[in-house]
Amino acid sequence: MNIFDNVEALSARVPDGAFVALPPEYSWVPASLARALIVQGTRDLHVLCVPIGGITVDMLIGAGCIGTLEAAAVSLGEAGLAPRFTEAVQSGSIRMKDSTCPAIHAGLQAAEKGVPFMPLGGLIGSDIEANRDDWRVVPDPMDSGNGPIALVSALKPDFAIFHSPKADRHGNVWIGKRRELMVMAHAAKETLVTVEKIVDEDFLADEATAAGTLGNLYVSGIAEAKNGAWPSVLHGVYEADCEEIATYAYEAKTVEGFQAFMERTLAQTRLAAAE
Amino acid sequence: MSYQPEELLICVIANLLESDPTVRHVAVGAASPIPGSAVLLCREETGDRPRASIIHGETNNPFTDGAREIFDCAGQGRIDVFFLGGVQIDGQANINLLGTMGEGGYPAIDRRFPGSFGSAYMYFVVPKVILFRPEHSRRVFVDEVDFISAPGVSARDVHRPGGPKFLVTELCLMSFNAERARFRLESVHPPHTVEEVRDNTGFDFDVADTVLMTPEPEADRLNVLRSRVGVEIGNTYPGFASRVFGIEPAKEAVA
Repeated sequence: MNIFDNVEALSARVPDGAFVALPPEYSWVPASLARALIVQGTRDLHVLCVPIGGITVDMLIGAGCIGTLEAAAVSLGEAGLAPRFTEAVQSGSIRMKDSTCPAIHAGLQAAEKGVPFMPLGGLIGSDIEANRDDWRVVPDPMDSGNGPIALVSALKPDFAIFHSPKADRHGNVWIGKRRELMVMAHAAKETLVTVEKIVDEDFLADEATAAGTLGNLYVSGIAEAKNGAWPSVLHGVYEADCEEIATYAYEAKTVEGFQAFMERTLAQTRLAAAE
Repeated sequence: MSYQPEELLICVIANLLESDPTVRHVAVGAASPIPGSAVLLCREETGDRPRASIIHGETNNPFTDGAREIFDCAGQGRIDVFFLGGVQIDGQANINLLGTMGEGGYPAIDRRFPGSFGSAYMYFVVPKVILFRPEHSRRVFVDEVDFISAPGVSARDVHRPGGPKFLVTELCLMSFNAERARFRLESVHPPHTVEEVRDNTGFDFDVADTVLMTPEPEADRLNVLRSRVGVEIGNTYPGFASRVFGIEPAKEAVA
């Protein structure tokens, strides 16, 4: 586990072509780290949304960072459709692996256990299943009376990335009840985390904090990033910046509008980092 | 007493929950203020039932074990009712949340929508799925969906404790019979007509011997909606509560 000086040092760990797991906008999305990936010109990422994506993944698509996307859905929520995602899928400029929420959770759980696949109810007869060559429907192997059952392949990302209010100096990261972040980190080879603040207390010393902590066994790098989830929510710290997201939803409908928006937002990020 | 179209739909859904004593736990997904309000109305009127789990909100959200918990909870049969919609819904209750397809079908996309979310699983495991799609038009209610996010019916050997039971739209209420794989028109919302439903539906459906006129919301119900339910749903959907019930978000207390 290393503590890095800034977000750029953390993003530099992610090479082109990496398989990266990303939480949804309401679960501590690493927006600053994503902007750093955009600035460093990352290409051909395989991004896994756990299990849905929003403005952050839409920006990564618009900036040309993503080659393959796996998600159960991508939208800007109340602000409407995700414009760069919509355009990319309609034009076929990214490879889309459509999924469904519990299949993504189950694939990560398989990786957590170190087994190659996980059985899951439902899915049979869905065109999602019909178009996934990494899923199978098999006869009930245990004769349990269930009938045919779907198997989904383990999902083993190179990196899990997320943001959090705080980590301790030992690299233990607070996740509260956002336990999908725990599953992501267990499944991934490396976990990179940005935090609002690195603090002096030891989260594992008290059972109350230990219960909501990802242990440093899984964490390879941490860096401080103030407002690192902005414009999305960081529960208990700040609310979503709905105005910024609505502005994005409107301006990013065109390539030119997206580029103008990104120039502005990246300049703002640089200014905040310099303060 | 005059009412908003949303208030009628809330009452239609609340009636489906209240009339079925097996409904103990209703889960409501993202961006679903009308189903969410219906569950809270039902709970106000019965005094205790059902438990309402509104995910993606901080109030009425009982889940503490991460995003997978709601699916595991449903897979065990602990959730009795869930709501799903669709870009397209066909006469066999196949639902498409992904988009309309281009030449040659998927993966060629004509108009992309967000995606299938958890539908390919929840449609199988939740006993009473209520399809909710306000827009009642031939572009939504098609003969055959372009893409099956989740199928309406399954082969007999497929384990499927759940599936669609009702469809609620801006025009009507339909029930769904899995044996026949067909919808049946049950009631039409005032001032609409059976002919209007037929004209705007792209699939064939059965018609109940007596198609009822959907009852209009009673004054005391509207009062509960515009006070207690409105305030509570406003915690999760402030814009909706303001627009439909005229309830503004509570101001922070000044110390």
